[in-house]
Amino acid sequence: MVPLIAYLIVAAGLFSLGMYAVLARRNAIAILMGVELMLNAVNINLVAFWRFSQPVTEAANGLKVGMAGQAFAAFVFVVAAAEVAVGLALVISMYRNRRTVIAEDIDSLKF
Amino acid sequence: MPNVDVVQWIAFVVLSLLVLGGGLMVVADQNLFHGALWLLVCLFGVAGLFVMLSAPFLAAVQVLVYMGAIVILIIFAIMLTQKMMGQREALNDRWPVGLVMAAMAFLLTSFVLVLASNSPLLAGATGNVTGDTILKLGNSLVDTGQYALPFELASLLLTAAMIGAIVIAREEA
Amino acid sequence: MIDFLVSQGWSKDVATGVALLLGVIAVSSFGLVWVIFGIWLERKFAGRVQDRLGPNRTGPFGLFQTFADLGKLLTKEDITPEGADKFIFNFAPLLSVVAVILIWAVVPFSKEWIGADVNVGVLYFTAVGSLGTLSILLAGWGSNNKYALLGAFRVIAALISYEVPMILSILIPVILAGTMSMQGIVEAQHIWYVFIVPVTAVMFFTSSLAEIGRSPFDLIEAESEIVAGFNIEYSGMKFGMFFAAEFLHAFTISVLTAILFFGGWRGIGASVAGAGGDALGFVWLFIKSVGLYLLVMLIRNTVPRIRIDHMMSLNWKILVPLSLVNLIMVAILAKVFQPDYAGQFQIAANATGLGALLYQFFGVNIVAELPRAIALLIANLLLWVVVSAVLHRFAILDRRRVQDWVEPATVAGEHTASAPAPGR
Repeated sequence: MVPLIAYLIVAAGLFSLGMYAVLARRNAIAILMGVELMLNAVNINLVAFWRFSQPVTEAANGLKVGMAGQAFAAFVFVVAAAEVAVGLALVISMYRNRRTVIAEDIDSLKF
Repeated sequence: MPNVDVVQWIAFVVLSLLVLGGGLMVVADQNLFHGALWLLVCLFGVAGLFVMLSAPFLAAVQVLVYMGAIVILIIFAIMLTQKMMGQREALNDRWPVGLVMAAMAFLLTSFVLVLASNSPLLAGATGNVTGDTILKLGNSLVDTGQYALPFELASLLLTAAMIGAIVIAREEA
Repeated sequence: MIDFLVSQGWSKDVATGVALLLGVIAVSSFGLVWVIFGIWLERKFAGRVQDRLGPNRTGPFGLFQTFADLGKLLTKEDITPEGADKFIFNFAPLLSVVAVILIWAVVPFSKEWIGADVNVGVLYFTAVGSLGTLSILLAGWGSNNKYALLGAFRVIAALISYEVPMILSILIPVILAGTMSMQGIVEAQHIWYVFIVPVTAVMFFTSSLAEIGRSPFDLIEAESEIVAGFNIEYSGMKFGMFFAAEFLHAFTISVLTAILFFGGWRGIGASVAGAGGDALGFVWLFIKSVGLYLLVMLIRNTVPRIRIDHMMSLNWKILVPLSLVNLIMVAILAKVFQPDYAGQFQIAANATGLGALLYQFFGVNIVAELPRAIALLIANLLLWVVVSAVLHRFAILDRRRVQDWVEPATVAGEHTASAPAPGR
């Protein structure tokens, strides 16, 4: 069976890629996509930890606990959906007012 | 069946390549629309990993919500805000800093993980997940002792986000 | 199959692999082969509705017409527009076909015959269905044509809207059966769900029709009114793939309706174990699906196209609220009238005389589900009355609005009196 550490390293790689996108891209939509990558990395981690600790916790505590990882991942989905909806609405509204989606050009607050 | 381990490893490597390769292209592809398509590849790989981690419900939701809704939203936004073809998006001036920081983050995390790889949880092969996980997940989400409150809050968040998105993106009449 | 191959001296692994591969080929090609026959059926049917014969020159009854069309499509010039995004342009038709065929993986053809009985089957097919939406978006974008892009936008807006009532009505069989597995839903339908929740079945059918862009919701293409929409730049076999995908999707929707609401493979003799029962189940499912498909074709050929604003207001003002109310109602009633299988089995074992005969005739499961079924049916009929009252009101208001709008120009009293009579 593939050990937990393999999943964690993949997730770390995905998170770093997302982080690079957020730090280096200029387009606001590209930055949002980077955030999506990071959220997915977190989800992989949550589910992987759940999968590898679940048999242990079940044996110790009975069936009552033990869906925490999956439940958290489900909440991450919800938050991601909300984030994308609001984020893209902001991008579109920004584009309508300023004719740009480059994050650095939106600097009216930096006077 | 041949050795189950070998099959699992092959599946894992293929899916990880999808995830990381797709993620890399999302970051590296200068054409935003192609980037969004690479994001699809990456998300599909993540769904596959969920299946391997015996979370089929999350895998289906991943395809439905991420690939079916979020990526389509992103593509919509790209179409609404770009000239149609051949748009190229440059990196910002500080991209080397970002690269170094991201690389550092990855190396550090992996280093720590490898250091800790002897711990029983990280290296150990645990038993199978028992029972119907979908049923258990559903029950735990509406169980007042567990996640009923966060579940309701999540629905509130979604409603708020929906209203907010409409208000923000709406053209002033 | 596996046992047979192993007995022929194959290794177990290879035999399993071959069996799986053959299963995949069988399931996926069934749909594609059906397309060939189904197009003929559809053209014949359309011909009959329009008081003509339909194709009758190529082969007996025109059966080979589809092959002739196929030859035509294959020999046409394959055009890729200037400045198109080549990969996306070529990938989109492929994705549209794949997205439909993937649905067939979870279709239970009979008690034993199912590609994969995944426990998230219902979720799976909605998820895969959304990939079809994506293919339209890719086609619209990849063509480098503003009409294609506008067509794609229009399609996506419609599809995403109609996904909401569709998914909400799929939830009802899930609630009633207590499982998301397609096979589980079929097995739980001791009483067909269309008799328990008819409003839901109609809603699912309607929103599915919109989802696949079939008439009366076919303003996605509206080939007689506007340029074809997202697939305007496609020619030859690539257009053929979109066409086949749309066609197969229409049939798939009929199959899914049959499974979710018409008992799937359930029918006389289908639950008998063994190949005979399986074959019967397959036949039953096929009969039900073709029956529903005939309905789809009848609607396509007789109902006029709906205007886009009507389509959107039908969805957001009627179908979505209705499906939400329906969902809440069914959830409550299904909880209150939970069928008590164990108790009924006990009563059935002790019953004598007429009671025992009743149990024998209907089967214990049906008797156990009867209270729930009756309660839900009554609630559904009430809902239907309310909905038709609301629809009636809508229609009256709309007609009045139109009249108000027309009136000043033509119907004003003295105006018509002083106007010169026609023909003078």
